[in-house]
Order: sequence, then structure tokens, then C-alpha cells
Amino acid sequence: MTERQDVVTLTIDGVEVSAPKGMTVLEAAKRAGVVIPHYCYHPGLPVAGVCRMCLVHVENTPKLQIACAIPVADGMVVNPYHDEAVEARRGVLEFLLINHPLDCPICDQAGECELQNYVFREGRARTRYSPTYAKRFNPVEDFGGDILYVPNRCILCTRCVQFMEHVADDPVLNVSDRGDRAFIGIHPGEQLEHAWSGNVVDLCPVGSLISKDFLHKARAWELDKAPGVCTGCSQGCNVVLETLHNTVVRLRPRTNLEVNRFFMCDHGRLDYRWLNRGDRIEAPLVRQDGDLAAVDWHHALERAADIVKGSGGPIVVLASARASNEALFLATRVAGERFVGAFRVERVDGEEPLPGVPNLALRSERAPNVRGATELGYTETFDAAVTALADAAAVIVVDEPLDTVSNAALAKVPSVIYMGTTLPEPARVAQVVLPITNVAEEDGTFVNRDGRVQRYLQAKTGPGMARPAWWVLGELLVELGRGEPLATAGEAFEMLAGAVRAFDGISYDGLGYLGAVLGTAAKAEATA
Amino acid sequence: MGYPHEPHPKETLILSKHFGDAGARSYDGWVKCGGYQALKRALAMDPADVIEIVKESGLRGRGGAGFPTGLKWSFMPKERRKPHYLCCNADESEPGTFKDREIMRWTPHALIEGCAIAQHAIQAEVCYIYIRGEFTEPIAIMQAALDEAYREGVLGGNAMGTNRRIDMYIHRGAGAYICGEETALMNSIEGRRGNPRIRPPFPAQQGVFGMPTTINNVETLVSVLPVLNEGAEWYKDLSLGNPKSTGTKLFSVCGHVRKPGNYEVTMGFPLGELVNDLCGGMRDGRTLKACIPGGSSVPILNREETEACLLDYEGCVEQGTMLGSGGVIVFDDSADMVYQIMRLARFYAHESCAQCTQCREGTAWTVRILERILRGEGEMKDLDLLLDLSEQMTGKTICVLSDSCAAPIVSGIKKFRDEFEAYITGAKQPVAALT
Repeated sequence: MTERQDVVTLTIDGVEVSAPKGMTVLEAAKRAGVVIPHYCYHPGLPVAGVCRMCLVHVENTPKLQIACAIPVADGMVVNPYHDEAVEARRGVLEFLLINHPLDCPICDQAGECELQNYVFREGRARTRYSPTYAKRFNPVEDFGGDILYVPNRCILCTRCVQFMEHVADDPVLNVSDRGDRAFIGIHPGEQLEHAWSGNVVDLCPVGSLISKDFLHKARAWELDKAPGVCTGCSQGCNVVLETLHNTVVRLRPRTNLEVNRFFMCDHGRLDYRWLNRGDRIEAPLVRQDGDLAAVDWHHALERAADIVKGSGGPIVVLASARASNEALFLATRVAGERFVGAFRVERVDGEEPLPGVPNLALRSERAPNVRGATELGYTETFDAAVTALADAAAVIVVDEPLDTVSNAALAKVPSVIYMGTTLPEPARVAQVVLPITNVAEEDGTFVNRDGRVQRYLQAKTGPGMARPAWWVLGELLVELGRGEPLATAGEAFEMLAGAVRAFDGISYDGLGYLGAVLGTAAKAEATA
Repeated sequence: MGYPHEPHPKETLILSKHFGDAGARSYDGWVKCGGYQALKRALAMDPADVIEIVKESGLRGRGGAGFPTGLKWSFMPKERRKPHYLCCNADESEPGTFKDREIMRWTPHALIEGCAIAQHAIQAEVCYIYIRGEFTEPIAIMQAALDEAYREGVLGGNAMGTNRRIDMYIHRGAGAYICGEETALMNSIEGRRGNPRIRPPFPAQQGVFGMPTTINNVETLVSVLPVLNEGAEWYKDLSLGNPKSTGTKLFSVCGHVRKPGNYEVTMGFPLGELVNDLCGGMRDGRTLKACIPGGSSVPILNREETEACLLDYEGCVEQGTMLGSGGVIVFDDSADMVYQIMRLARFYAHESCAQCTQCREGTAWTVRILERILRGEGEMKDLDLLLDLSEQMTGKTICVLSDSCAAPIVSGIKKFRDEFEAYITGAKQPVAALT
């Protein structure tokens, strides 16, 4: 009953829609399948109400209303496409364009520009601003960090100012001057140095705040996009990997209200170049006559299986906390009862929080799957494991870069199976080298620090014969006579979820794009 | 005494009775003039009763919008769960308006008394008097009066011996017209950029520092004194015309009249009589051409409308304009209306806070078109464009600054189209240098 009172029913563009009390008309309209054009409004920012783009007609009110600021009411009839509203928005667009340089051909935002989009949708075909008037001109300004400000393109929506003030709690941006001379200013002596300031580039609806890193790198419409999870730390921010010609060129945040809302930090955003490394292992290698020789997968897997079968004593798995749950789990299966697993993670001092969002920070542990590795039986005892390698019968390296491991330490082990993307010096002692894909080249899951299992999808193809680690390990199990072939990361995950208690009740399909938290399914069952 | 001129017999001197009398500036002088009696009465009453009397008097806001004062006060929460605030809007920046300045210069204690009464009515311990920064003399006088009021025990922790706290602070503006808009004023007091806020929330719910706030114009607050001293009925009966407009109003008359200045007349007084009789008519045998009756933000009246207009809220609306702040700007037949309107538009373009798109870009574009017309480079279609832009700038923004820019343009083109056309056709010499 109480629930009922908190919900109102209104009509938006002829569609009846229910919305909780307190929701804005603009958000409610999304439920009715109507995106009301807007600039200053953003769900992650306080309502500014300044662009006047979201003007809509509301029955029985004398003036047009801004949909971003008015709350829904029972029986309200909103018409975003009323003649008056369309005319008002056309007016706003015309005003926004009179001082706009119309330099779309050389603007990074073109193709994903809300000014372009709405003008295309609702704007005038021709200007009434006589060409004899000079347009406002201000030079490009370096705001510091990764950010350039192009004032000529600015529509003064103030999203950037709002973000820095209310979300980043570092109010270095402002609106300077007044009237049509106004521009976004940065306080004297200040720069956009906040760890999360790169978000203003995403928030900017036009090409006014742009990334130096992405500058003139690609046209937005040529990019392919895949949902991913940031590997920069254990927060597990949801991201979009954007690729051009099979090369990752940009990471951007993907909305997940439970994890990162609409944001990601600059550390994660700019940490993508390693995904494009050119020095990759492209074929399986096996040791022949003292040298590593390229062979086909069948041959390499046979040799690997021989090593696992032939050895007595512990099989040490040196894993990366960047490896997927599927890979980590299957490696434990390959090692079987002789499994000893260790991982290593870079830890730095302190976190870089985003104050306006609870429980969101660039975390001090700089790997995405520390929690997953731990749940799957790996311990953060990497150095001890390396020291104890002398007693190991075999070592399986899973995506661990080995940059803290000496050649001698690994050489002591009778057999080394190295699975990796590149071939670092210590790995050259391996009997078998199995080329795997990196996180951008495969499907898989990570568990973030709060126990949220999240999927990432393949964004580009891997080099040569490289295969996802879950596939390689699955095939190895087949070779060992201990499993059926796995066709997808999903099948690997289902196998994991059926075997590891912590993953009870979680299904790959059920994860969707937003993930699910470990233990919640079991808890729900317990209370039911 | 209607300083600097002798009072005209047709004036009704209530607020301006002591204008020009430096003796009334001091605490003693003000008490001798019957000052602080209204405050004493008010403090002896229940706040709700003070609000009731002001409601009955029909007093409406004198700052421009004409909202009923008692009703505005009644919007404040009845119980004081959070601090309540009063803001006195003394940021008088409307072109053509200079009445509040004279109230503060000559009767500073009247304003202090009016503020204190309002504070009692809305249960606000603190009042901020936001004075336009350029008003150096009024600020000095107000500050001296405020210090005196504290010394005399009118204000402070035991205000008027009632054991209640009434505090007042003067806050100086820094020169922005927009800070006279009530929510921009509150932002300015808080130390923020003077940008108008979106409503709701209204000031009575979340005003200055997020607390319930009432904001009143100087003249409104001063008008509360006669209401309390003489009674609501007496105040209501001062009206000549519509019963919805009561009391007296100060009109600041400027422009092409023989005797510009502040004139206090009762509501409903004929505008024609004010201009032609009280102000001595046009200079040098010229004739009346146009008049803006309520400060630069209201539509322009032509001669016929000026002579037919009654000076109250309804009378002005009847002529298609508004009473506004009571800043009467008079133009004789020598005035170039196109140039005058351009100057007004230029003012608004300069003062736009830059938040709303229509205002930021529209006001400046409007100026460019008007300047082009004055340079003799205009086209007939520019007039339609001006009207269309004005339509886009009306009723679509957070505050009414762009509406105010549009009002004189729309009324100007409607009533003086021939002057615009004369520039466009070349019948009139272009203005060579625009200043």
C-alpha cells in the first residue's frame, strides 16, 4: 500500500508511464522511451537548469517547463513535441550555433556530439545570423592533465564546473565573465590535476573539453566498442574499450550505478597502451634441441600434458591477478591435488577517491582480480612461492610477467609451462610456451574488491595463434583426459560456478553487463 | 518634501515626507519624526497578527513584480526549525529607478525599522541589507544608522528591550545588475557568483544558506511603517483606483521632463498628470513621444497610452505595460527610439549572467542587429527576426532578464516601426559612431 503512494502515473508523449515520486520528468520520459534533448542535465550531476534545451509543454501550466528540474506528478500530461516546445528548442539550438565555429570536420567530438545530434534532429537548416557578424573567439587553453579547453565550441552547459565542484570536490573550474563573453575559466595557478578530472571530457556534450591523448586520433563513427572492466585496480570500474582497426584507442566509463556510476579515473583511462603491444607471442613454442621452436597447438598441448602427467610433487601456479577467473580456475584443475597457487599484486600507498560517489576510488591494489584469485585458492605469497620453487615438480605460469623473478629461480624447476602474451627473459627456460590473449582479446570475468563478479567482452582479435587462457587450459584438461572441450568463456565459468562454493548461484548469463555479487544468491536462498 | 524639488500639492508624502531633511537621518531625529513607533507596536504583537495586518493593507512588492507582501511573509514556515532570514533588496540597479537610494539617504532608520518589523513577522533574527556597491553615500549613511541603532538598543540581543535578538548586516554588491534578482542576490550574499537559481525550491523553503528566507525591496519594507502606524484600512483607502493596488508609490522620473526626481503619489495616479503636471512637462516646448513607466524592463508606452495610463498594477497592465519598479523614463519628440532601444538592449547583453542560452546569446545578437540597423545596413527582415528572437527570449529562462530585454524591443517595433524602417530604407541618416 505504501509503495503505491510513492508511485505516480503520468503521460509523456502520449505514453502512460509510472514513476516514483521525486523523479524528474526527464528521467521518467526515458521510461516512456522518450529522450528529451538536454545539455546541462546529467544524471551524475546536480541539476543546473541552465541550457534550457529540455523545455517541454506541460498541460495546465502557463509556461514551458524544463524537464530536468520538474518532478513528476500524478495525472501530469507532458508533451515534449508540442509545437511551442519544439520551437523553443529550435531557438536554443540556433542561439547555441551563432557563436559556434562549426568546425566539425576537425573536431574530435563529431559523431558523438550532442550539439550535432540535436541540431540534426530539431535544428534549423539555415542560419539567420548574418555572416557579417564575427564569431566569438578565444584561443585553446591547456587545462592541465589530459585536458584541452576549446572555448569556441563551448556551450556553457557547466557540466564540467558542476563535476569538479560537486563530485570531485576540487572546484578549480568556473564560469568567467558574463553575457556572450562568458567562458569556462580555471582558477589562476590551478590545473586539472585531480585523479578523476578526465571525466569532464566525457561529460562535455560538445568538443570543448577534449583529451590530449585522443586528440585527432580517430573519428568517433569509425570506432568499434566493447564492454569491458578496467584492469587498473580492484575497484572494477565498468568501461567501454574503443578500438580502431583492431587497436585500442580509448577507454571510457560504462554506466554501472553499483560500481562506478558514470565515471572512471585517469589512471585507468590512460592505461590501455599495453593492450596494443606488438611484441607478442604468436605461436605455441616447445623446447627442441635446446631451443624454443614454433609448433601447432596440438603438439604444444601434448607436451604440456606430458609434463603435468610425468611430474611428481607440487605443481606451482604463478598467476597474475589480471588473469580471468576462468583461467585461474582451470589452472587449479590442471594442477589437481598437487596445486599450489600464488599471485602478486602491485600495491601503492593510499587511494584516490572520487568524493561525490560513495565507495569509489582508485584503489591501492592495482589489479582487477585480486578477490577472484583469492576465492579460487591462490594466495598473495608470490615471493615465498618463487623461493620454494626448488621443491616444485612443475610450474605453470598464467599471464604473470615474471619481472620480479630471476632466470635462475625458474631454471631450478624441472619443468616450466609458460602461458603468456609476451615472452620475458625468465620464461625462455620454459619447456612449453602457450600464447594467450590479453584482456581486450577475450571474454571472461573478474571479481572486484566488493565481491562483484563482472564480465568483460572481447574488443579486438588476438595475434596469430594466441588463444584465451581458459581455452588453452580447457584443451589441456582434455589432453589430460580430465574434461570435455570448452567452447566459450561462459562454459568455463559455469564449470567454475558449479565447483567453487563462493560462486554458488551465479550464472554467466545472469551476470549481464552489470555483474552480480558473490554470496548474494546463497543469502537470498537462505532467507527464502 | 520631495527632494530636490518642492513637494507638489498633488503628491501624497508618506515615505518621502522627510526627504531633504537631514535631521531625520539620526536616531533622535527619526524618533522625533515619530520613528520606531511602528516597530514598538509590531513587537508587542504576535508575528501572525503582523502578517495579517500587512495582508489586509493590500501592500504589494515595490521592487517590480508586485507580489502581495503579507502573502509572501505567510509562506515562511510557522515554526522556526531552522534559522529564518530576511534579505532586504537594496541593489537598486534598474535603469531609470532611484527611489530606494533616496529612502536610504534620507530615512535610513525607516528602513531599519521596516526590516526589524519584517524580521519579527517572519521570525528572522538576521537580516542582510544588500546594497548596490555603487551606492557609496547610501552605504555610509546606512552603516552609520545601523551602528546607531545598535547603540540605542533598537537592534542586538535585547532589541527594543524585548529580550529578543534582531541583527542586521549590510552586504555590498559589486556592480552586477543581476544581483538584484532575488535568488542571485542570495548567491551573492553566500559568496558565490550572482547567478539566479532555478525555482522551486522557493526562497521561503530554501533561500540564503539553504534556510527559509524572505526577500523584500527597500520601498516595500518602508511602506510597512504607515501600515502599522495608521492601520490597514487607512492604507487601503489611499488608493485612487483599483482596490488591488493600495497605498502610495514613489516614482523616479527621469528623461526629457523639466523637473525630474522622485514623486510620491497614491496608487492609481494618472501617469500623464505625473509627467505633464508634477514634472513640469517637456523641456523647450517639445512634445511627449514615449514613456517607460516601470524601469527599463517593461514595455514602452506611446504618447496616447502614457496619457491614458493610471499608475497602479492593473492600470499599467491595461495599457500593455507594467508598474515595475516605478522608474519612469520619459522621451520627447527629439528621442531616437531605435538608438534608445539599442542602448537598453546593450545594457541587458552586458549584464546577462550567461547561464541560460537564450539570454546569453539572444541579448548580444539583438544588440548586433540593432547596431546594424542604426548603421544603415539593416534589412526589413531584421525586424521580424528581432521579434522572433524576442519571442524566444520571453518566458523560457530562469529569471526575467532576457524577457526584460525583449519587452522594449517588441513594444518599440510595434509602436515606432516607422523609425526602424527609416534607418533601413535610408530615409534617416545612419548613426556614424555608436556610443
